[in-house]
Amino acid sequence: MSMEWEYAPAPENRDIARLKSEYRMFLDGEFVEGAGPGLKSINPATEEVLADVSTAAPSDVDTAVAAARRAQDKVWGPMPGAERAKYIFRIARMIAERSRELAVLETLDNGKPIKESRDSDIPTAAAHFFYHAGWADKLDYAGFGPDPRPLGVAAQVIPWNFPLLMAAWKIAPALACGNTVVLKPAETTPLTALVFAEICAEAGLPPGVVNILPGAGDIGAELVGHAGVDKVAFTGSTEVGKQIQRTLAGTGRKLTLELGGKAANIVFEDAPIDQAVEGIVNGIFFNQGHVCCAGSRLLVQESVADEVLGKLRTRIGRLRIGDPLDKNTDVGAINSAEQLARIRELTSSGEVEGADRWTSPCPLPDKGFFFAPTVFSQVSQSMRIAREEIFGPVLSVLSFRTPDEAVAKANNTPYGLSAGIWTEKGSRILWAAQRMRAGVVWANTFNRFDPAAPFGGYQESGFGREGGRTGLEAYLDV
Amino acid sequence: MSDRVTVAKTYKLYLGGSFPRSESGRTYAVTDAQDRFLANAAQASRKDVRDAVSAARKAFPGWSGVTAYNRGQVLYRVAEMLEGRREQFVSAVRDSEGASNAASIVDTAIDRWVWYAGWTDKIATVLGAANPVAGPYFSFTVPEPTGVVGVFAPQHSALLGLVSVLAPVLAAGNTAVVLTSSARPLPAITLSEVLATSDVPGGVVNVLTGDTGELAGHLAAHADVNALDLCGAPADQAGELERAAAETVKRVLPAPASEPDWTRRPDIKRLRALTEAKTVWHPTGM
Repeated sequence: MSMEWEYAPAPENRDIARLKSEYRMFLDGEFVEGAGPGLKSINPATEEVLADVSTAAPSDVDTAVAAARRAQDKVWGPMPGAERAKYIFRIARMIAERSRELAVLETLDNGKPIKESRDSDIPTAAAHFFYHAGWADKLDYAGFGPDPRPLGVAAQVIPWNFPLLMAAWKIAPALACGNTVVLKPAETTPLTALVFAEICAEAGLPPGVVNILPGAGDIGAELVGHAGVDKVAFTGSTEVGKQIQRTLAGTGRKLTLELGGKAANIVFEDAPIDQAVEGIVNGIFFNQGHVCCAGSRLLVQESVADEVLGKLRTRIGRLRIGDPLDKNTDVGAINSAEQLARIRELTSSGEVEGADRWTSPCPLPDKGFFFAPTVFSQVSQSMRIAREEIFGPVLSVLSFRTPDEAVAKANNTPYGLSAGIWTEKGSRILWAAQRMRAGVVWANTFNRFDPAAPFGGYQESGFGREGGRTGLEAYLDV
Repeated sequence: MSDRVTVAKTYKLYLGGSFPRSESGRTYAVTDAQDRFLANAAQASRKDVRDAVSAARKAFPGWSGVTAYNRGQVLYRVAEMLEGRREQFVSAVRDSEGASNAASIVDTAIDRWVWYAGWTDKIATVLGAANPVAGPYFSFTVPEPTGVVGVFAPQHSALLGLVSVLAPVLAAGNTAVVLTSSARPLPAITLSEVLATSDVPGGVVNVLTGDTGELAGHLAAHADVNALDLCGAPADQAGELERAAAETVKRVLPAPASEPDWTRRPDIKRLRALTEAKTVWHPTGM
């Protein structure tokens, strides 16, 4: 007897998000109206407007940088590390206390499945503050010489794929090292950063230490090019990263960049295939593939290619796409219409260039920005879908015969953020891991993140690291 | 009986392990600190820069792939050979820099080379880590060489300055394309002769003499260069070179406001700047 086991809808209650109709920017300890044009943040799963958000104008950037400077000079810089630490610990605790609210708000604003915002984004954001809080009074032991000094005012621009988590990656080490920050969240996902600002205020963080200025790319450009900042940290596209590096050329200001990727996920013939299939799915469909380190190029050894591809399609066919608030949803909404258009454009190039397209038969919601999980096989290295970052739920599958060929293909990219290796043979893992020109290598796992583990790229995936002892260097004058 | 006529040395480029003339056929006159003629040096061209980058790229897998212990031995051997040629370097530095303390400069340069040679198998201990992640995984971080490094050697300190910027590149496992001091290129070529007869594989260090200002942009913009040390870059070009570096997201050690005092004790800043942290994860479990 066969039975269909259907899931009943299990939506999280959106009221938990305590959504407000208006959000204002956070400057020098106050929530104030920005002089920018304002924006409407929408729910990408429904296309409804969530809230009106005031944005910064260039004059607000000036004010915020000046406030951050004052706070750094007068309060945060001179404060003993042990005291800074306690503020940062407070923030970590308060993120955890409001984690349900933040998770639901993140899912509404970003479109990611609630199970990811709830189990990954928000707890990891809290963990970043908790981890870095402990560093604030131990910097003498970080290996940069005695009494390393902060850089000063940090300008930080973050993307929309992990809105609160990226804010945490940027702000926590900056504060621990004694810097103050002006952060611009992404245009399409400003809400959790502004709730984070409430947390800063409630934690009693001195005014000006953290300033959050929503806005579009022009305000980001204004901020990173501002003569009053000492340090710029950017996570986003390689294209914009290059512009920022050009802007800062010759200024002597410190820069770290965490940019795009086109990670190879290598499956050797002796891999644990079922486990690898789970890892491949996680590697490319986690967060709708809106992940700079996504395993978007699957390199599978020829002898097991058919088996892997077959199992992969079966598994992907069972992914549930739809309401991000539903606790059973595996793949949520694409973050914006613009990103959806880019994914469509690149996937059609894959068809035009002759790759075999397979699309999950899963039903999609009628409204909102959704894209069905897609796998291209018979992909060659010259195709755009093998070279360009798609930043969506699209996997390109290439094959290889020998381990050397796998390494050569994996490294055949100007990027170098991450890589995956699947094999049961320990020596082969270490052999391949040594040869990957990438900053993060996951062996028999994928997409693992931790504040204690440095993260960042080789080559055109950027420079500098976030996390661990290594990550402190980005915010110290060493 | 007349005095013996000395055999004058022809100074050429050091490229891919051999000593070619510039493909352009150009040379330029090099003078000493009193403006007296010393020798003609090869004046490298854009094509020579490209050949040097290719040679450095080709040598990278081998040099970065040997054990750190082996790399340390090879570099220490260079110091041994520098010591053996000490008098030659003293005279080269005296000629180039007009320095009265040339002997002490050379001694410091040799000691610096030894200092960096000893770093090869300690970098990973000092900069690497076992990461205490919150999950059933073993996660570790190791520093790896960045790749091909474009080195703008200091313009004044022709040997000690050069050693202070080149040795860390090599100790970290990178390969180098060096633009020497324009006006004082000869000690760099003499150093190349040491490298050529040491166990440092051909192509690991490539040395171009000539007009730094003319070659700088080509090296900074080359897509197969991973990092730049702009130490000796012309001050008026520093911003432009950093902009060129941005096209392929190169790591840049910016030009200092003035040439550092190379006799000061070095730190590991250059080793940090010219390595990439790689983090590797694997699950733990039965």
